[in-house]
Formats: sequence, C-alpha cells, structure tokens
Amino acid sequence: MNNLFRSAARCLRSGSAVCVPRQTDGRSQWASVRLLCSAADLQKNLGEMVKKDKVVVFMKGTPAQPMCGFSNAVVQILRMHGVDNYAAYNVLEDQDLRQGVKDFSNWPTIPQVYFNGEFVGGCDILLQMHQNGDLVEELKKLGIRSAVLDAEKESK
Amino acid sequence: MLPSVLRCVRPISSHPALTRPFAHFRPHMDPDPSRPVQRAITTKLTDALKPDHLEVHNESHMHAVPPGSESHFRVLVVSSKFEGLPLIQRHRLVNETLKEELSSCVHALAIQAKTPEQWQSNPTMAKSPPCMGGSKGDHTVEEKLKAGRE
Repeated sequence: MNNLFRSAARCLRSGSAVCVPRQTDGRSQWASVRLLCSAADLQKNLGEMVKKDKVVVFMKGTPAQPMCGFSNAVVQILRMHGVDNYAAYNVLEDQDLRQGVKDFSNWPTIPQVYFNGEFVGGCDILLQMHQNGDLVEELKKLGIRSAVLDAEKESK
Repeated sequence: MLPSVLRCVRPISSHPALTRPFAHFRPHMDPDPSRPVQRAITTKLTDALKPDHLEVHNESHMHAVPPGSESHFRVLVVSSKFEGLPLIQRHRLVNETLKEELSSCVHALAIQAKTPEQWQSNPTMAKSPPCMGGSKGDHTVEEKLKAGRE
C-alpha cells in the first residue's frame, strides 16, 4: 500500500491523475488511488507530501493549465520568482484530496502553498508577500534565489 | 358600452397571480434578492472584528456560476484586532468567523486584512484575477450553491 501511494504521489507531481482499475464497480472501471486509503491515511500522507518538496502547491488544474484564476495567480507569482521545480497537486482530479488538504491545513479554500512543510497561505497571502518583498526572503531561507533579484540587478 | 366594460376589468399587468405566479416556489436558479449570505458575512465580520472599515463584495458574477449566486466573495477588513498578527493569523481569524458560510455556500473567499495604520498608508483594495472557469461543471460548487439557497 505504501509503495503504491508513493508512486501515486510521484505521478501526481506531474499533474496527472493516478488511477487503478477497480474490479467490481459497474459504473466506472477506474477510481483514484486515494479511495483505497482511509481518511486517516490521507492525513498522514499529506504530512509527508508537504515535506517532500521545498515548495508544494495544492491547486485547481496544473501549472501548465490552471483551472482557476487564484491558482493561476500562484503559478504566475512562482514563475516570476523563477521557482519552476515545485510539487503541484491538482485537487480537481481527486475530491478526497481536495477535502483532505482543507482538513489538513485547517484552511477552507484552494490554492494552498507550503514552504518546507509549513503552510504559508493562499493566493492573497502569496501575492502580498510578493508585493512587500517577503517572498524573496522566504525563498532565500529555502535556498532559492529569486529571479526577481537578478531582474533588479540587470535593470541597474 | 365598451368604455364601462373596460373600466370594470382589472388591468392584467397588476394582477398578482399573473405577475408572480410562482412566488411561493423558488427554483434553484432563482437568486434571493435579500442577499442573505452577503448580509451574514457583513454582520459576522462586524461583530467579531469591530472593523474601522469593512467591504464585502460578491464577486460571483465574475465566475462560472449562475447569475445571482452568492458563492465567491472578496472582503476587505480594517481592524485593530489584526495588530501584531502575521498575515496567516489574520486570515485564519476571518476564516474562523465565517466558518459556517465557508463550509456551506461560500466557495471562494479573497481576504485583505489590514490594521488601521496599514489602511491609512495604502487605502486600496486588491482586485481578483480573471476566472479560468474552474467552477463550471464542478459538482461541489453546484452543491454549495444549492446549500446557499435552502
């Protein structure tokens, strides 16, 4: 089960849904692997997921194709700072994940951003951090040099 | 003879049964003009945070939901209760205050939480990004819209 979940988590990083065949359901042959986990398992695995990568985003859609203006704003901000290598989980493909992450973070909306396993906030907070310079500092703490600094350097 | 007949007949346009035949029945697509969700949000934020300035905007019309929905909101709260609190704690305060709405009919809530000093130095409200259609065909949003109308 753990190996299955780990491989599922890896697949989810690329934004694709992970499916396993269900043997008995006549309506649908496929179901998300999350359905095989209990809610408690999901909470435990979310704890691992948010720590596995420096930057983790739970969003609607994918970075290549966001399905929500607020999720897109998070993607654009991270892109502006040159943060390309982050884990993005598409909650639209998994209703258990969608509710599970809200319970895990105790936060009612999507998108949700984690830095080094710590919940940062949603789109509004990330935007304000970007505007007031805090985001550059927080990325620095993660060992990520913001591209915005290089852009500022070039303009001088 | 004709003029007296016309005088006796009540004008059709004023007859209540014809102007509002289904007044007792509110189909799920019919918005509530009294805007109960917006009023609830305004009341709860006012009571809990005693704001110096409060704006509650229904932005549902900017999203892929039926006209008259109360599902997407933007709030600007200026309150001294935010002093000394980091952004995330301020937002959590607002979320907690609107817990009931967020777990039932409100699908999206954009928050700006400022102290009176911050508001004085920058009295502007942020704008929401354009919708990318994520709510369209999203059954959880449909359920929330139904919950708001019941």
